[in-house]
Amino acid sequence: MTRPAEPAAQPVLSSPHPPHLYPPYTSSVKRAPHELLLPVPDALRDHGGPVFGPSVLRPDDFDTTRNARVNGEPLGERITVRGRLLDSAGRPIRGALIETWQANAAGRYVHQHDRHDAPLDPNFTGTARLLTDDRGEYELVSIRPGAYPWGNHPNAWRPAHIHFSVFGTDFTQRVVSQMYFPGDPLLAHDPIYQGIPDEKGRARLISAFDLTLTQPGWALGYRFDIVLGGSAATPFEDPDHDD
Amino acid sequence: MTTERPALTPETSNIPEGAFGPSPSQTVGPYFHQGLIHGFQGHHSAAGHVTVDPVSAEAGTVPGERIRVTGQVFDGDGVAIPDAMLEVWHADAAGRYVQQPGAAFTGFARTHTRTPDARYEVQTIKPGAAPGEAPRLWLWVGMRGLLTHLYTAVYFSDEDNSTDPLLATVPEARRSTLIARRQDRPGGATYVFDLRMQGEGETVFFTP
Repeated sequence: MTRPAEPAAQPVLSSPHPPHLYPPYTSSVKRAPHELLLPVPDALRDHGGPVFGPSVLRPDDFDTTRNARVNGEPLGERITVRGRLLDSAGRPIRGALIETWQANAAGRYVHQHDRHDAPLDPNFTGTARLLTDDRGEYELVSIRPGAYPWGNHPNAWRPAHIHFSVFGTDFTQRVVSQMYFPGDPLLAHDPIYQGIPDEKGRARLISAFDLTLTQPGWALGYRFDIVLGGSAATPFEDPDHDD
Repeated sequence: MTTERPALTPETSNIPEGAFGPSPSQTVGPYFHQGLIHGFQGHHSAAGHVTVDPVSAEAGTVPGERIRVTGQVFDGDGVAIPDAMLEVWHADAAGRYVQQPGAAFTGFARTHTRTPDARYEVQTIKPGAAPGEAPRLWLWVGMRGLLTHLYTAVYFSDEDNSTDPLLATVPEARRSTLIARRQDRPGGATYVFDLRMQGEGETVFFTP
């Protein structure tokens, strides 16, 4: 077998997702496949997906301001994030598991490999789990994460973000994404965010500040809806991608 | 939780109304263990987490041959990647997926390559064949450096894979990248399945 001299051109324009090879994100260069991905025949897609029920959750799993307390409240700006999980026809996806993780207010992860010289918060791990309700809605209570430096390029800083891991109704809908905050000046310089080929696609990952979700005297509110594509029944039909 | 609150309206959504294009994927990054790997430093959950192997989760109740699937994930330089996250999804020993009547278990597990040898391992039940197909595991792969995850399929070297409709779509020279090699070791069957992200021997990946 001969090694391709250059990676095959990946057909990214019809997909809302970033390409695997995106050289500005330097970690992609040695990890992106060179060969084209192969399609799965439609008949083999209909296998459903794993099912998780309320038994996987504990009462405070959705609230990172409470679920890791040791001797007080976590530091930082409290936020509530509410949103809907939808399929590509706009229908709610009910009972779906969402897992989130993030840095603390100082931009530091509870992770042995995070060497950023910023303080850990003894009362915060930044992990949450929740299920969408019968309207397809979820609520996350957390602390606004801080930006942090990383080694991708000189003076590289990640915009503030919360990782979202989402299961749909089919394993092909499985997706991990990130929620960003409106008006963050670092977004323009971030290769992970900029790797999304389409401007409208990028905009979907920016939460909306929503005063109606802000809880007076307690926490600012953000709106973050998530749409899952996936199965062959809806092959990248993006209704607003017609211009 | 949210059920006593007013329903969210489309007007304030970050998704334009009527434009339900999928939310783009982003990398799991290097710190996914914090949120997704049970028992990792910092994870607050003590019980009930989903990141367990199917067999240990439902020990004693799942019929079928217990197997171990293990391997490494190599980058384009042939270096084993120590921070890959993998999820398997598969049918039970009778070839039934979880939504089908009588399915024996969820069939989902999450694992990761880990130090010191950058190897992953999943303990599960060997899946049975769905009608017209060879037994397989679906494998979801994420890592730092992958903005969008990848899928592949894992077949077993001791099965007849010659008429599987998915393998039939794969160029013959590349099919071996999808076959896990059986090794009978003390404690049960082990299947070795390595992934090569790019270059010579590159694993076949599928579009989700």
